[in-house]
Amino acid sequence: MTNPISDIEKSDVILVVGSNTTDTHPVISAAMKRAAKFGGKKLIVIDPRGITLKKYAAIQMAPKPGGDIAWINGMIRIILEEGLEAKAYIAERTEGFDAMADSVASFTPEYVTKITGIPEETLTQAARLFASGEKGSIYYCMGITQHISGTDNVKALANLAMVCGNMGIEGGGVNPLRGQNNVQGACDMGGLPDVYPGYRKVHDETHAQTMESAWGVTGLSRTPGITATEMVDAALKGSLKALYIIGENPLLSEADLTHTEKGFKNLEFLVVQDIFMTETAQTADVVLPALCFAEKEGTFTNTERRVQRVRKAVDGPDGVLADWEIVCEIAKRMGTEMPFDSPEAIFTEIAATTPAFTGLSYTRLEKEGIPWPCPTADHPGTPRLHVGRFAKGKGSFFPLSWTPPAEITDAEYPLVLTTGRLLYHYHTGTMTRKSKGLNERAPECFVEMAGSDAEELGLKDGAMTQITSRRGEINAKVKVSRRMARGTVFIPFHFAEAAANRLTNAKLDPVSKIPEFKVCAIRIQGA
Amino acid sequence: MEKERNITIDGREFRFSEGETILTVAKRNHIDIPTLCHLKGTTPTGACRICVVEVEGARTLMTSCTVPATVGMVVRSESPEVIRSRRMTIELMLTSGRHDDCLVCPSSGNCRLQELAFRYKVKGTTFEDTGVKYPMESVNPFILRDFSKCILCGRCVQACNEVQVNEAIDMGYRGSATKIITKGDVALKDSDCVFCGECVQVCPVAALVPKDARITPRLSEMKEVKTTCSYCGVGCQMNLHVKNNRVWQVTGCEESAPNYGSLCVKGRYGFDFIASDKRLTTPLIKENGTFREASWDEALTLTAKRLKEISDVQSDATGLLTSARITNEENYIAQKFARTVLKTNNVDHCARL
Repeated sequence: MTNPISDIEKSDVILVVGSNTTDTHPVISAAMKRAAKFGGKKLIVIDPRGITLKKYAAIQMAPKPGGDIAWINGMIRIILEEGLEAKAYIAERTEGFDAMADSVASFTPEYVTKITGIPEETLTQAARLFASGEKGSIYYCMGITQHISGTDNVKALANLAMVCGNMGIEGGGVNPLRGQNNVQGACDMGGLPDVYPGYRKVHDETHAQTMESAWGVTGLSRTPGITATEMVDAALKGSLKALYIIGENPLLSEADLTHTEKGFKNLEFLVVQDIFMTETAQTADVVLPALCFAEKEGTFTNTERRVQRVRKAVDGPDGVLADWEIVCEIAKRMGTEMPFDSPEAIFTEIAATTPAFTGLSYTRLEKEGIPWPCPTADHPGTPRLHVGRFAKGKGSFFPLSWTPPAEITDAEYPLVLTTGRLLYHYHTGTMTRKSKGLNERAPECFVEMAGSDAEELGLKDGAMTQITSRRGEINAKVKVSRRMARGTVFIPFHFAEAAANRLTNAKLDPVSKIPEFKVCAIRIQGA
Repeated sequence: MEKERNITIDGREFRFSEGETILTVAKRNHIDIPTLCHLKGTTPTGACRICVVEVEGARTLMTSCTVPATVGMVVRSESPEVIRSRRMTIELMLTSGRHDDCLVCPSSGNCRLQELAFRYKVKGTTFEDTGVKYPMESVNPFILRDFSKCILCGRCVQACNEVQVNEAIDMGYRGSATKIITKGDVALKDSDCVFCGECVQVCPVAALVPKDARITPRLSEMKEVKTTCSYCGVGCQMNLHVKNNRVWQVTGCEESAPNYGSLCVKGRYGFDFIASDKRLTTPLIKENGTFREASWDEALTLTAKRLKEISDVQSDATGLLTSARITNEENYIAQKFARTVLKTNNVDHCARL
């Protein structure tokens, strides 16, 4: 996030899109609801489903899945046409405005309605409301990014924020809600194929040399690696032969599971390190047990870039090691010593080698977490990015056009499937499905659909159905719901026995390489 | 020049800013006015009357949580009359429902009413207690509602409506029949409740406790370890309450950003996986399609050997998926291992999924 969580209640207008916040980030949703109910702030909520947060919205919109650039460009067009843009901010702090303005010209309310189904007057009201607030903030989640146009969707939101002068101010910003406890940290620490810790590109000679000297090695590869989804294809082709997976369950979370399974089967060697026997671990050659969060020391970095301590509360199962200890043991057996004696020692090296972390230490994090960048030992941390000037100088506008999703409905597959999480479960359910109470609340998979769709298919609430896409099929019970618009159904992806990702489409966004989990075409019949 | 705003509490003068209550000024200056219904961040209700103080010139005692400080106000926070009033309030609370069983009560040692009874030496024997008006509710996996312990302070209602804004509970019925109810007075499991447990955390007595609180250690006898929640990216700060190497309860850290005490159902109640008997406890090696148990040394050596064989031929034929679930330190080690030992940049994690 560019801004801290505490900024939510300081915004005048809060635009939430592609995030079922009350279910996936409940504590953040509380701040949004408080802002709307008690703070006199205005919420604009955009999601294909009638999610709970819409109850608190001044304006709500339900675009058809895959229509985001259309309504965002449409809003920008209205803002420009009515002269509501932040003219001085655009002139002083941004570049590329004219090309962007040209790109939105064709997004008339009429055209946007055609693509998204959003009524023209609602779009106009939303544009006026968002531009009217002195401080407007944008919060988004996977409903924006899990599309083949995911990167452009985010750029479109950045355009909207900058048009209104909302970047780099208190109560503003473009704020992705990170889904996993330490997804921010995994990225920051270089758990990505193209960057070292601190987002320094591996193909950049200077950075590579810096890291070589920091790590006391030579010959670091200057070639960016491949992403998780690309690894599946590489395994299938035979160019990837060995895979070491830590704390992750791609055989439930990847799009198009049948394809993923084929890829994994083709590996010569698969080692999986986890706390439970996951679907992925089942297919491994070696399974290594690891300690869970309550059994070890360390840090997680939350969605607002706040580095926070994780502390050991209990001893883990006898003899089981922490993930870092296992990796170091393997390295040693491969002939490389990684001689750390504690997580704190590792953190000290992180601070020494990662510019944004230089000022951080366990001592400083003892009482409360600190948001990076934190360049010196007396720096308080940086809750807001881009204040005064953008990190790169001027903020860039991007001209953007709309393209339809990779798979659209037809006579054979007439319904749109969108996937997501439930309040009571977490990702592939490795932890939550071992929890008795949570399973009592959400015991099984379902397919949520509008009453009119169910009626047309001759399906009653609770009826077992077979759901089929071009890639696979699963069985789940119908849940008739007023939250769904006609033509679109929702399936949670937590349940291995009815894995929504058997159905999803693994077409990727060309830049972020994120699969299009949020749109694919399916058909449903009684089972 | 702005006029100086001063208030006198217990003979000492303090400055205050416009709108501050007597309680806020007193607290800031370490004057311990006891409270019960007062809940930080919500509209004061003045419901419990424990925080009453004597204000010079006022006809009655005033609730310090609702009355704003005014210039020249003279307050006595612990006068004989204040103490008399507080003792009567506590006496009445102790006779509403059943509060005579601290020995077997799950909240003992962590009960505001018990603390107040001790501070003001009230035994709750003056009046006959009102008995149990409503049966206990336990038909959900997380929360036990014991109405015989409820003193109707309203903190749970404030927490549900003004902090978490789930709007699941409110005061229902009237007079001596008053009860905290869901819409239609149905069980929590059939209501709008999403089991965030904020109400349990703020309940000052034992009216709302974790479902298994009667058969697990009390909060007061457990060690508290502050840590970060391992579910979503909000990074809520939480206390794990531990005894005999087991986590029995989780509460939110009220003084820490970003959550200031709030948690969701997963963070507060979804911790039983830690002690699950399904945890992996020993390395496994697959032979002829089935797993067999192996020693650490054997499993690590085999892994190292196979990875080395493959990376020695073609380093980019290996890959590593690190994790958005493990710590920064572990992610750092994992990518350093991939880049310096496997000698590949084929390192990624589940950020996109």
